[in-house]
Amino acid sequence: MSESRRKFIQQVGGGLVGLSAISLLGKFTEVEATANTEVKDKPAQIRWGMVVDMSKCKEGCTDCVQVCHSRHNVPDHGNAKDEIKWIWKAPYKNVFTSKSHRYQQQGQLEKPFLTLCNHCDEPPCVRVCPTQATFRRPDGIVQMDFHRCIGCRFCMAGCPYGSRSFNWRDPRENLKQLDPHFPTRERGVVEKCNFCAERIDQGLNPLCQEACKEGVITFGNLNDPNSEIRKLLGEKRTMQRKTELGTAPSVFYVVES
Amino acid sequence: MSNTPIKGNVAYYSWVGFLALVIALGFAAYLRQLDQGLTLTGMGRDVSWGVYIAQFTFMVGVAASAVMLVLPYYLHDFKHFGRIVVLGEFLAIAAVVMCLLFVVVDMGKPMRVLNVILYATPHSMLFWDFIVLNGYLVINILCGHVALTAEKKSVPPPAWIKPVIYLSIPWAFSIHTVTAFLLAGLPGRHLWLTAILAPRFLASAFAAGPSLLILLALLVKKVANFDAGKEALSKLTTIVIYAGLANFFFVGLEFFTAFYSNIPSHMHSLQYLYFGLDGKGALVPFMWVSTLLGVGALFFLLFPQTRKNEKFLALACAALFISLWIDKGIGLILAGFIPNPFDEVIEYAVTANEVAITLGIWAIGALILSMLYRAAITVKKAWED
Ligand code: SF4
Repeated sequence: MSESRRKFIQQVGGGLVGLSAISLLGKFTEVEATANTEVKDKPAQIRWGMVVDMSKCKEGCTDCVQVCHSRHNVPDHGNAKDEIKWIWKAPYKNVFTSKSHRYQQQGQLEKPFLTLCNHCDEPPCVRVCPTQATFRRPDGIVQMDFHRCIGCRFCMAGCPYGSRSFNWRDPRENLKQLDPHFPTRERGVVEKCNFCAERIDQGLNPLCQEACKEGVITFGNLNDPNSEIRKLLGEKRTMQRKTELGTAPSVFYVVES
Repeated sequence: MSNTPIKGNVAYYSWVGFLALVIALGFAAYLRQLDQGLTLTGMGRDVSWGVYIAQFTFMVGVAASAVMLVLPYYLHDFKHFGRIVVLGEFLAIAAVVMCLLFVVVDMGKPMRVLNVILYATPHSMLFWDFIVLNGYLVINILCGHVALTAEKKSVPPPAWIKPVIYLSIPWAFSIHTVTAFLLAGLPGRHLWLTAILAPRFLASAFAAGPSLLILLALLVKKVANFDAGKEALSKLTTIVIYAGLANFFFVGLEFFTAFYSNIPSHMHSLQYLYFGLDGKGALVPFMWVSTLLGVGALFFLLFPQTRKNEKFLALACAALFISLWIDKGIGLILAGFIPNPFDEVIEYAVTANEVAITLGIWAIGALILSMLYRAAITVKKAWED
């Protein structure tokens, strides 16, 4: 079945019972008992993903954040309430809320960890959006249409990772400098990391990956067993955030050195 | 409405004038919000829904509660509700209009509201809420209007309205169920992620709505000399008691599951609401006032001596209404965001502009209700004479 046909049937099924009948039926069949959502193997399709190797990340460095935010015209309003962020650092204990304990090795709990949108394979933000202003591209990138977003912020309630920001005020007022290569947003819409979809479409890697001198970030196709990212995933011990919620994040972390 | 039998035209128009003033202030505040953005509210990156969506959730319940008059009257032929069924339907109209307004003022891009229809998305519960709420509005306008017109002409209502009335019964349940589904299907918001959210919503709605109806019935008796009748009031009181007890039972169930299982993420929001979390507890006093008012009101309603006394009844209903409003119109929505996905406690504080807009919408609801009630009572009285 073609992707669009499958989507159509899913929506009509949803239209009849108020739920996406087809996808539910899938869940009602026999599956393996695991906390991790079983990601369907679609080897013919690209699924972009990222490994963040925190053992290499330099404390105090914010190169990736700076580059991302300036090149995507992310404003700095100077207060936490209105804050917009696409990629940032937060203490390990806040990023891995259920994987922290008080006897953890020295400094681990407070160690700053990179965090960004996980481009979930089963994104709740996409499920709840009433206008498909946030949608999952066939290559796995969870994207925003700033012209369609009605600003209801349902996606912010739906995202269990706090990855989304809303433009409570005019973002253009607080841009240090404007980058003409990327659209600015209007007040009243939601935004978040887009895995640099605009660059991927040109065959480039995400800005954060390019900006990092320590090689913390590896970006690639999770569906390709020979890709660099898959090799890394095969070698290192990695974790994802809140897998028990069935979101199937596409961002992985190497935690230990 | 000439030769209105309602005494005190001066009082009525002063009331309307007062509401108009509150509406004007709210409108001015909304213009300010349109100009500067939702940054004028207490909402932020962490608590991204505030008093607007909380009022919306609460008012959906008030709207749904009309069914507590429609169902006994039409399905069980409980004749005593004949005089006040239309008061319930008109309350539903005012409440749904308020709901829609609360959603619109909460939107970042209100001029794009029709995108919900243009890009209809069945897997979003908000799409379904949009459908059921607007449908419920139409159904209630239709039922109320047809019934009153028939009474005005002293003819029985046309037969075709019966199926619409019957449809309104499951429809009323659907609006609050779908509203619960907005919240109850979100992974990671543990306060809401509970299968009894919909029944809990219905229970609190069927306690709060009829409490308000009792208060309104007592009010129109006083100001318009229109008596709903003892039986109607006592039946409504029974409904309030059972629904109120069910509501607190459900709250107790939430506490049991969270605290007996001892799963931190399930306990956090409740801890924040009732005891404070990470040293922050702005809502703690509110929640205890809510609990005391609610439990106290139910206690007094249980005794025939007190509930048969209209003063006591009014007091108890007001207390219960306020209790449930605090619980659902403040606590439930805010605490769903606390702690945030990073397990940080970041609180929400309402702003003056937000309060002005909220009061403005309440005043719009009160104005619609006053006008509809005045019209209905005029017709009813003329008919009864
Ligand atoms: S991390 Fe949040 S915003 Fe990103 S895809 Fe997952 S649910 Fe959506």
